[in-house]
Amino acid sequence: MSTPQRRPNKANKNIVRPYGDATGDGMVQMSFTLPLPHDKRAEGAAQLFATKMGMDPAMVVHAKAMGPDFTFFVVYGPVHHLVDVRDVVIVERDYPLLSPKEINGVIKKGLRRPLVVVGACIGTDAHTVGIDAILNIKGFAGEKGLEYYSEITVVNLGAQVSVPDLVEQARTHKADAVLVSQVVTQRDAHLHNTKEMSAAFREAFPAEKRPLLVVGGPRFDELATAELGVDRIFGRGTTPGEVASYLVSALVPAPTTRKKAS
Amino acid sequence: MSRTTTDPRRMLDLDPVTIRKARSLARKAGAPVVTIAKRHTTVSVERAVLRLAGLEGADVEGIPWVNRLVDVVSEEAGLAQGVALPVWDAMLRTGDDLLTVAQKAAAGSVTFRVPEGKDAARAARASRAQVAAGVRRIDANRKHRDKLIAKYGPQPAPWIYLIVATGDIYEDIPQAQAAAREGADVIAVIRSTGQSLLDYVPEGATREGYAGTYATQENFRLMRAALDETSAELGRYVRLTNYASGLCMPEIASLAGLQRLDMMLNDSMYGILFRDINPIRTFVDQRFSRQIHARAGIIINTGEDNYLTTADAVDAAHTVTVSQLLNEFFAKEAGLENWQLGLGHAFEINPDIPDSFRLELAHAMLARALFPDAPLKWMPPTKHMTGDVFRGYLLDGFFNLAGALTGQGILLVGMMTEAVVTPWLSDRDLALQNVRYVFNAAGNLREDFRPAPDGFIANRARQVLGEAVDLLERIVDDTLLDAIADGTFGLMKRPADAGRGLDGVVRKESGYLNPATDLLEEGATR
Repeated sequence: MSTPQRRPNKANKNIVRPYGDATGDGMVQMSFTLPLPHDKRAEGAAQLFATKMGMDPAMVVHAKAMGPDFTFFVVYGPVHHLVDVRDVVIVERDYPLLSPKEINGVIKKGLRRPLVVVGACIGTDAHTVGIDAILNIKGFAGEKGLEYYSEITVVNLGAQVSVPDLVEQARTHKADAVLVSQVVTQRDAHLHNTKEMSAAFREAFPAEKRPLLVVGGPRFDELATAELGVDRIFGRGTTPGEVASYLVSALVPAPTTRKKAS
Repeated sequence: MSRTTTDPRRMLDLDPVTIRKARSLARKAGAPVVTIAKRHTTVSVERAVLRLAGLEGADVEGIPWVNRLVDVVSEEAGLAQGVALPVWDAMLRTGDDLLTVAQKAAAGSVTFRVPEGKDAARAARASRAQVAAGVRRIDANRKHRDKLIAKYGPQPAPWIYLIVATGDIYEDIPQAQAAAREGADVIAVIRSTGQSLLDYVPEGATREGYAGTYATQENFRLMRAALDETSAELGRYVRLTNYASGLCMPEIASLAGLQRLDMMLNDSMYGILFRDINPIRTFVDQRFSRQIHARAGIIINTGEDNYLTTADAVDAAHTVTVSQLLNEFFAKEAGLENWQLGLGHAFEINPDIPDSFRLELAHAMLARALFPDAPLKWMPPTKHMTGDVFRGYLLDGFFNLAGALTGQGILLVGMMTEAVVTPWLSDRDLALQNVRYVFNAAGNLREDFRPAPDGFIANRARQVLGEAVDLLERIVDDTLLDAIADGTFGLMKRPADAGRGLDGVVRKESGYLNPATDLLEEGATR
């Protein structure tokens, strides 16, 4: 871990490796568990494992038995990999991620009435886990669901809602957006159901009156919006905050455009 | 819990008159809801009656026979007189047993009526006899638990409460056993996301769930048997917890009693507020489920911690107190005793605000002072846990310290990977080390800990109690159902005429018979 030859220069400021207490030392800490009883052999296995991950020399600084069959390790050591920050590819989100407070503020200012969201699982799908994670106040991944937002009115129709019912409810509640969750993918049911749903909305509403159609589920391709006839697709791990942020960006006119329109 | 040297009521200088007033307001707020609950039944209460009578299993589509039977009776005879009279009348007329009647009902080959006169009396006797067998099984389970606890010796507080949640009961079992060996006194099997909204209890051993494992009678049995084995190995009784919440509260409570679960999550308002279940449905189901828990010797855990995940833990501190008082009232009304009241509260104050730990201590001591004989369930930080696991570990240490200083009865172990991953084996081990270090290092610090009279902690506790009394007064004026409709708790607005499960609520008519409620309220065994 000598450092002098690793002094940075302007030419390679884009080339980085982890920093412990000196530039370029590459120091990394990690912890993991091996399914082995704690003994010398287990510690050796931990060191070998860390070496294979690129830590050289790997220092097993802590090893502790967790029950008779497992051992927990903390390992420190330098890695020699380099990263060129110019190679980093960022997946761009085309809407800003806002906090619940900001979202409520945007709706209040931009829409001057609550934003209405109607949600459902359609077809025979009884898995409300997805729609509930997004809509119920309980939420998902530490974020509260859309019900938590004071400026969003949520109508959660639950499971096994027929497409005609969904269209009717969207009309009754004057939905700004319709959220549909599809978990079951047997025989591509999620794709067929979604296409049926989007076609029904296109038929029932003139284009400018049609609510925003959003579909979510673990097996959707987020790029297939055109094929399925919806405005947005959300995949696995989507949080309520992301959905809410998207909804306001798509539905609430920015202050300037609103002035022009009115 | 000795109160001679460390009575928090005296330490905080709480006014006994104010405390009595708070309780009396909670009674006033809750009593009209009990009246409504007594006037109604629900499909789940009626299904619970059938489960206590021993009806198990499901049809080929996985719909439990209790659902099939209650649905058919509801269509043909209505539920205003309860399910027992029409079902046992049909059994007496056909000579079939309960399962056969359920199967025939599903096939449409038996009809139901509300019997009258002698037929009604015979059906009532027969149903009571059969339901009583289930109630006696619950009694026997309670005796068996008492015997095991007597054999191993009582577990000193706090009980260390750990969660498993793999989705696969056969994966949960070794994890639960490992957690018990590592020091857990209570194992909670987290339910699959969304089970609370199913209007039936799934059947059999289950191997897939979403972020949790389905609560089923067979899963309960398997896990209790496994923990009995581990209890024997460790020489201490390891308790098992599940969730009597959602649309099937009464049935799950019954199954818990039948399979000797030891603690159940059971909050009077959680389902209303966080799952949008109809308020009337919830209060009816809750009352029945708590009557079962009372009989089964099960400790309930209430869900006040959840309010603080949505509302601010400082601003809304008094709503926790109000909910605890209401939960206490509803629990006592249903027959639960102080030792069965695991009233919830949580360490959820933003750690960035000054004096956050002093505020936490004030709130925790207030709960301890108001409910000196209840075990209290102390919930770890979740809202302010981030991906910074190191900071989270420190926060959990302070949570444990607050628990030690305020004599909490049930300590849910905080995980530093909260909000990151479902706990790993190593997370649980590190979390238990944290608990052990704090309790070992702090020892009986509680004896030496005296907040200054009129100091920050004592004043804050009195302030929260005062705000709780004010809120209770408003609730009494407004009625509890309207307060819930107005968004008083957890910021959620839930009107009494909306929400899930409303269509399963039935107003009782004269002649209503529920042999289970009768047996529970009379304390009878036959």
